[in-house]
Amino acid sequence: MARAATTADAFNAVAEPRRRQILDALAGGEQPVNELVHLLGLAQPQVSKHLRVLREVGAVDVRNEGRQRLYRLNGQALKPIHDWVKNYERSWSERFEQLDVVLEELKQKEDGDGSDE
Amino acid sequence: MAVTSSGTATVTLPTDTQILITREFDAPKHLVYKAWTTPELVKRWWHANRGEVTIAEIDLRVGGMWRYVSLTADGFEAGFHGEYREIVPNERIVSTEVYEGIPDAEEHAALNILTLTEVDGRTTLTVLVEHPTKIGRDAHLNSGMEGGMQDALDLLEQVAISLR
Repeated sequence: MARAATTADAFNAVAEPRRRQILDALAGGEQPVNELVHLLGLAQPQVSKHLRVLREVGAVDVRNEGRQRLYRLNGQALKPIHDWVKNYERSWSERFEQLDVVLEELKQKEDGDGSDE
Repeated sequence: MAVTSSGTATVTLPTDTQILITREFDAPKHLVYKAWTTPELVKRWWHANRGEVTIAEIDLRVGGMWRYVSLTADGFEAGFHGEYREIVPNERIVSTEVYEGIPDAEEHAALNILTLTEVDGRTTLTVLVEHPTKIGRDAHLNSGMEGGMQDALDLLEQVAISLR
């Protein structure tokens, strides 16, 4: 898949381990910035930089509540990645369904032999 | 023969360079191992319903080579080979995997770690695929797109029929 060498697509946005950590944290629900800073153990400017990248691709949304900025996950933006992995998953699922058939035969054969190796 | 599927494969991406495939089977691990390492049996399941496996060679010893070649119905041939690095019968196989369809294929070899764990006659299979680079890992994942496209076309055909 051709991908731009910028951080402006969802694939590149989640390629960075710290950004995945942020997404994991937000999967549990909305979080204020200072809580993310605490969870990641990074300086606030670094966390803000990662959040900006995630916001640019729409992976997170932000809203202000009083003096707090609250971030939340936007799963829809991550759907291309989900779909991409799902395709690969489907091809292994089909392979394993054939393997189920082979295993069923091996089990019956073994029972028929009266041995359990 | 009625075969109950033990569920779908789960694919996760633990790091930028890894793919982890997990699946449970309703069979003891020595049979899963047998189906995984016997050429005539590999030929029966590795095709993933996309055609046939024309070559399955397995020299199951440390330093031994394996090679699989698949041929899809529309004539697309794909070859894979590698070397066995570690073998624990019925439990674990570490091997390299080279996709022959790319330039400098050997340099992009992935390392595959198969593990089989049995509980109450059921076996959990995991394959951890470790690529040297993220680009290699991503390209590997994309190879599944072929099947996805086919599914999409099948669906399109069904929709077209329903419109008649």
